[in-house]
Amino acid sequence: MRVDQRLIAEMIAPRARVLDVGSGDGTLIDYLYRTRSCDARGIEIDMQNVTQSVAHGLPVMHGDADHDLADYPDDTFDYVVLQRTLQAVERPREVLRQMLRIGRHAIVSFPNFGHWRLRLQLLTTGQMPMTPVWNTPWYSTPNIHPCTIRDFLLLCEEEGYVIQQWLAIDEDGARAPWRRSIRLANLFGEQAMFLLKRAGH
Amino acid sequence: MDISASPSIADGPVYTHQTVRLDSGLDLECGVHLTPLEVAYCTYGTLSAARDNVILVCHALTGDQYLAERNPLTGKPGWWSRMVGPGLPIDTDRYFVVCSNVLGGCMGTTGPRSICAETGKAWDSEFPPITMHDIVAAQVKLIDHLGIDRLFAVIGGSMGGMQALTWAADFPERVFAAMPIATSPFHSAQNIAFNEVSRQAIFADPDWHDGHYRDFGAIPARGLGVARMMAHITYLSEEALSRKFGRRVRHDAATAVPASSSPSLFGEMFEVESYLRHQGSSFVRRFDANSYLTITRAMDYFDLAAEHDGDLANPFRKSHTRFCVVSFSSDWLFPTSQSRLLVRALNRAGANVSFVEIESDRGHDAFLLEEPDFDRTIRGFIAGAAEHAALKAGER
Repeated sequence: MRVDQRLIAEMIAPRARVLDVGSGDGTLIDYLYRTRSCDARGIEIDMQNVTQSVAHGLPVMHGDADHDLADYPDDTFDYVVLQRTLQAVERPREVLRQMLRIGRHAIVSFPNFGHWRLRLQLLTTGQMPMTPVWNTPWYSTPNIHPCTIRDFLLLCEEEGYVIQQWLAIDEDGARAPWRRSIRLANLFGEQAMFLLKRAGH
Repeated sequence: MDISASPSIADGPVYTHQTVRLDSGLDLECGVHLTPLEVAYCTYGTLSAARDNVILVCHALTGDQYLAERNPLTGKPGWWSRMVGPGLPIDTDRYFVVCSNVLGGCMGTTGPRSICAETGKAWDSEFPPITMHDIVAAQVKLIDHLGIDRLFAVIGGSMGGMQALTWAADFPERVFAAMPIATSPFHSAQNIAFNEVSRQAIFADPDWHDGHYRDFGAIPARGLGVARMMAHITYLSEEALSRKFGRRVRHDAATAVPASSSPSLFGEMFEVESYLRHQGSSFVRRFDANSYLTITRAMDYFDLAAEHDGDLANPFRKSHTRFCVVSFSSDWLFPTSQSRLLVRALNRAGANVSFVEIESDRGHDAFLLEEPDFDRTIRGFIAGAAEHAALKAGER
């Protein structure tokens, strides 16, 4: 399991109801079921991944964040997880709204477009930056809505979400040391992870 | 249509099917009380002491209870023998698998060929109209008779999937897991349209005799055969037909045109024509026209949402059943869009649902054919459900 998935798992209480949006090969939901007795389900866009997950006995359905969250009733889940996908959905704001409607908490991770290497590349070369995290050229990237950690914070503020926990993580998914300063995290964190809840809960 | 001297269903009950006779009968939705009720069935594997390892497999329109053994009428292997058996995805080393002939069928379960108690004669075309709920209610009687409280799983493709959904909707507490395959929560206008053409073909046959063909020692073989030919096209895909037959013409003695004869419009036969004629003629030997009409009508009536205030989520609210919905990419009779509609309703109901669309170019019939991804899906879903049901593993 990836290191950042382990960090996500640590945020989730035992026996919780979890929806993993973009569940990939099902590693996280399998882990949550086996080690935390969670009722963990997945939505995945890649059919091969879906088949593989179901063939492993995991409750995964073919679908995607933009179209399939709206069906679930309010408060169906304790946690709704979106790993490294926010930047690739059609309507990130709406996806977040749906996540926090159907779930009491949302766990969101995304690559940080504010990282210094990206800033420097754009400044010095005048071209769209390419890094190990942002590794597809502009014309073929699925990442149509990149954002920085600061952008994300502003959106949360605007939408009235409470940030219960946040952390910067490096390229491999390990926790990065920038925990106190958003400014430093936004400059040096390659990815970010947020645990959110609705205001007034 | 060539009806050869080989055994035919028209010859009457030559075979003894394993049957349970329930004198209490069955109350049909139309108000008729059907008595006695006979249900013909096959079982495979061993019922566990806790009676918790039962998988009910529901057959499609023209299927029967001979799931995993030689069919006594056709002599062919069971229709799902590649899926059900020791060590197979539906593993009879571990599960007790039950398959019954549907109500209205012609393989031993009460249907148009049964004797009506009031008249002492066969029902034939007077058999009362039935619904998918009636079909499932008859299966419930069998399951009760076998002393089984809860099904570990109910699995079915096509019309079998309609039964699986009906089980989950009507008896949620008796179904731990449900697998509706290549099916739909309602019969679409296109589905009904195809059925109507099938039925009109039967009605147009001079041997139809208003459904009392058996009194005349006849069967509407031509009409039923055409019905089957047409329906069979809907079970395949354009790619499958092209791959299997293309535009090839048969060149054998039976169809060859003698050199001396004058040119003829139908002097040659395309392989696809020959194939369909064979499908038609072999079908009429094993299936009864009145059963075909009764069951296709039950499919036409099927619309789960309409029965629940127009919301398909309603019958599944508070359901604890684990669902696995499977569709096939080239199935245009029960297309993926209809499965997706079902999945969305199950999500609205908050049900636990897996959903896979299997990539296949073989159309609706893919669920009966060799599709490794499909096998893996069935095996995995059953294993996952068994883990959640805490079924004792490895009783083999």
